[in-house]
Amino acid sequence: MELIEQANREALGRMVSGDPVLVDVRPASEVIPALGERVILHAGPPIEWARMCGPLRGAIAGAIVFEGWAEDLAAAEAMAAGGEIAFHPNHHFDAVGPMTGLTTRSMPVLVVENRAFGNRAYCTINEGLGKVMRFGGNDGEVLGRLAWIRDRLGPALGAALRHSGGIELKSLVARGLTMGDEMHQRNVACSSLLLRELAPALARSVTESAALAEILAFIGGNDQFFLNVVMALGKAVMDPVRGIEGASVVTAMSRNGTDFGVRVSGTGDRWFTAPVEMPDGLYFPGYSEVDANPDMGDSTIVETIGLGGFAMAAAPAVAGFVGAGAASDAAVYTRTMMEITVGQNSEWTIPALDYAGVPTGIDVRLVVETGLAPTINTGIAHKKPGVGQVGAGVVRAPLGCFEQAVRALAETLGVS
Amino acid sequence: MTDRSVDDLLTTPLRVINVGLKGLAESLKVLEVPVVQVDWRPPAGGDPKLADLLSKLGT
Repeated sequence: MELIEQANREALGRMVSGDPVLVDVRPASEVIPALGERVILHAGPPIEWARMCGPLRGAIAGAIVFEGWAEDLAAAEAMAAGGEIAFHPNHHFDAVGPMTGLTTRSMPVLVVENRAFGNRAYCTINEGLGKVMRFGGNDGEVLGRLAWIRDRLGPALGAALRHSGGIELKSLVARGLTMGDEMHQRNVACSSLLLRELAPALARSVTESAALAEILAFIGGNDQFFLNVVMALGKAVMDPVRGIEGASVVTAMSRNGTDFGVRVSGTGDRWFTAPVEMPDGLYFPGYSEVDANPDMGDSTIVETIGLGGFAMAAAPAVAGFVGAGAASDAAVYTRTMMEITVGQNSEWTIPALDYAGVPTGIDVRLVVETGLAPTINTGIAHKKPGVGQVGAGVVRAPLGCFEQAVRALAETLGVS
Repeated sequence: MTDRSVDDLLTTPLRVINVGLKGLAESLKVLEVPVVQVDWRPPAGGDPKLADLLSKLGT
């Protein structure tokens, strides 16, 4: 259908011409005015408290205490269960968040501006590995780290970025792909490249040497620091693709631990949801699949722009880490995703595939026709609140979302 | 298929292209028969209404 082909060319063009720049770090309530008292943004499509999974509930209780809306976790849970908190998806407010994805008013958020279109997107700062709020952690250690991020790291990063004039991310991702990152489960190259750019500006904005050392050690000690940056990049790149009449390209994939949600350009901001699937992966010592929580997080925005599982060929080390097979299997994942995308991004290339561009622009028609669901590289959270990450794996987006989207797109176009 | 080609099929070593179910290819591999597996499934998971809709939408 020519209207769809033309619309998809426009969608692909907007994706490829995006120019994302990390420009600032600000308290969330400054850039997302809706984040007032007792408002919490979460990962995935909309969901009410009664249907939320354990880690999401645990993180929410922690966030309520962190914001000072309740004195302890028990009171916080009662408050959330009693309808005293307003819950909304990050995606409804230009934001994204990994795993539980919580964003509340005082949390600092990375600000990425898409200079080609003038829009901005936001994501909280990565807390590091282990027991963290994005995996449902909520004890004193977790809240103490969040307070340090709010009071020290966030303001320092904001000052450094404003001083430097921002960091261009498109070329940084291109270099990361040639250094073995796929930007979802492996960010060691991009995190290092980012720190190399940030360090001089941080040294100028943080005058006390012990505080500077603490900040540099925190960023340098976290291989996944860049994940939250690339997520904000993904949101900033995809938002201008929304609402193109007839386009069958996916603009967001996201999970809340209960439902998987998909949005498609030609059907506006409507969510198409299906029950989320369990990741198939490898577990840290002492844990197994019986401990695992179903798939969770807004981080699938990374696959939506052609990275993560779609760029597995760039990161053979990840194939082993997530239990996806041998290093040589990594290329198969990327080639398979080329069958469900409308094109490739010639600015993000993969050396191991003779510099082919990453598969870009998921077409819901192709997903349904081939039965090839998007491949997602993901962390695995423990199903109980507060335990944290227990493994990493690969998960498929449920086909039901894409089938609903095809039917809705057809209806929009008057096709039956 | 001519009689000659049937003869060839029966008298020369098998070389197989298996389309669809992987189990058939795996059985042949066990017997050391050269086989290429084609990962194929019916369009739209075999749902004729959905396949018809996809066809109208231009895939």
